[in-house]
Amino acid sequence: MKVFVPLDSAAKALGADDVADALARQAAARGIDIRIVRNGTRGMVWLEPLVEVETPQGRIGYGNVTPDQVPDLLDGKLNGLGRVEDIDWFARQTRLTFARCGVIDPLDMDDYQANGGLVGLRRALTMTKARIVQEVIDSGLRGRGGAGFPTGIKWKTVAEAEAPQKYIVCNADEGDSGTFADRMIIEGDPFQLIEGMAIAGLGVGATRGYVYLRSEYPDAIAILTQAVKIARQRGLLGADVLGSGRAFDMEVRTGAGAYVCGEETSLLNSLEGKRGTVRAKPPLPALQGFLGQPTVVNNVISLTTIPVIFERGAKHYADFGLGRSRGTVTLQIAGNVKRGGLFETAFGLTLGEVVNDIGGGTASGRPVKAVQVGGPLGAYMHIDQFHTPMGYEEFDQNGGLIGHAGLVVFDDTVDMLRMARFAMEFCAVESCGKCTPCRIGAVRGVETIDRIAQGDAAAIPLLTDLCETMKDGSLCALGGFTPFPVMSALRNFPDDFATYREAAE
Amino acid sequence: MHSHAPAPTEEEIRGIVAPLASLEGPLLPMLHALQDTWGHVPQAAVPVLADILNLGRAEVHGVISFYHDFRDHPAGRHVLKICRAEACQSMGANALAESTLQKLGIGWHGTTPNGAVTVEPVYCLGLCACAPAAMVDGRVVGRVDDARMDRILAEVGA
Repeated sequence: MKVFVPLDSAAKALGADDVADALARQAAARGIDIRIVRNGTRGMVWLEPLVEVETPQGRIGYGNVTPDQVPDLLDGKLNGLGRVEDIDWFARQTRLTFARCGVIDPLDMDDYQANGGLVGLRRALTMTKARIVQEVIDSGLRGRGGAGFPTGIKWKTVAEAEAPQKYIVCNADEGDSGTFADRMIIEGDPFQLIEGMAIAGLGVGATRGYVYLRSEYPDAIAILTQAVKIARQRGLLGADVLGSGRAFDMEVRTGAGAYVCGEETSLLNSLEGKRGTVRAKPPLPALQGFLGQPTVVNNVISLTTIPVIFERGAKHYADFGLGRSRGTVTLQIAGNVKRGGLFETAFGLTLGEVVNDIGGGTASGRPVKAVQVGGPLGAYMHIDQFHTPMGYEEFDQNGGLIGHAGLVVFDDTVDMLRMARFAMEFCAVESCGKCTPCRIGAVRGVETIDRIAQGDAAAIPLLTDLCETMKDGSLCALGGFTPFPVMSALRNFPDDFATYREAAE
Repeated sequence: MHSHAPAPTEEEIRGIVAPLASLEGPLLPMLHALQDTWGHVPQAAVPVLADILNLGRAEVHGVISFYHDFRDHPAGRHVLKICRAEACQSMGANALAESTLQKLGIGWHGTTPNGAVTVEPVYCLGLCACAPAAMVDGRVVGRVDDARMDRILAEVGA
């Protein structure tokens, strides 16, 4: 009997380890020959722990399994969900980047190769540097970390730079609330990230890479560290990548709890062992990045999508999407939502479809009031904006941003003034201190919102003005984008800023 | 954690950090190694790091104090991190944190008088689809309600 129990953090947080222990114990007591594979998650966090049993009909899923249910599961008395691939929530997706996540044992390289792994890298090894970069440009892939900059153009800049040493740096400092795609793919399919970084190295002529992984993700750190070791033993990393005579090796580095280090220049300073303060651009990291050398800084999802593009071809990838947003977007549906998790689909679904149709509305059963899209620096969208399609330009036109594609749903009990205050408070705590609009502005922002809360209507234009200054005058997205949640809360939910005034009158 | 251990000597500190000196950008790995060993970054490490890396003591201090992770004194025997980020707030994290801190009679970053647990805020554990979330000594817990929190507190002896 072959059974899959996810090792993903979200599954573990909901009791997957206890279920795996119970399975091993109960199977032994019954004399059942059981093989428990700890896979990644299929992304359906609302069903975790999602146990799968291999049968001639396919892998049959059992949702929200508790240790108490294990005897029934082994005796065939537990009601299943049918084949996991047929579960509507799963079947509706287009899984390209996450195709293997939840399917394979994350640390089994044979399993990885049996499911399409290394095909992309082998193809890249037959291509010239220029051809590799062109393939990424043709795919239309844009940085999935938030900024949406064309990945291929960044690679081209690094490829054309002359330097004794170039670097690939993976930004795995996924600090945005509502996002967990990076964590999920690292825990569920770490070789895909390693393969993507190796292809990037070949494309731009970099022989060394680093993954800057946040310390809040201990499970992901353990799995990726182990995967790098295995990849080295198996010749995927090292002086002779897959026997090609070309070198690429990488290290995992742990962050230290600073949100701002998700900003690429701050990340590079941190990687160098400095305070994680933001650097002014130019010079671009592509020309003077890690240790002053040309450096590709890409997000985890951008890099894990690279092997897919090389396996299936740039055109296959570019054929999905909407307008200038090509390929798939890994939506992370979170917060107060009934069916939360990771949903990979072509760009173009509307916000309302994602929240109501896929997410099933709120977990509390109360009406949806607001959805914050794109992390702590993203706008709070009102239900009147639910027609907005998921696409970079489409969100921009509606006063928001897609960011890392995380959505946090709030029900009608949320107080938007309090959320606006939190955004300023968060910015004040996490500001690197380099530029004044962010360092001082965020503190003044908290004070100004407190004045509004106390009924001082004159503070509202002041807050608006402060947000303009922060937006225009900050060096990076922390100070520059904090006005998104603040101003969207004020603009879209004016009642939450007015009730206090009325109460005071 | 390690609260009654004697202060580490310069030799012990060198023993931990010297093997990392050949890394590119070695300071953060060194600080993590020190904290993994002693539960905090001992003050005595500052001049040693400055010497090995050819930095000023103020520069080393500046790096240590920049990052939320590095402590200058030991934490309690267990560290409980409660997520304060938006997704967890949408599922009642503020009330959960308030009642937990109240039960323990401490504030954020505080340690219970018996030294059992230190409570810290964390901004996102990547468990946003099973909020509210917490982490106990590196072990993740999702959908934390009052009952589950009480079990956690009992386990850590708070």
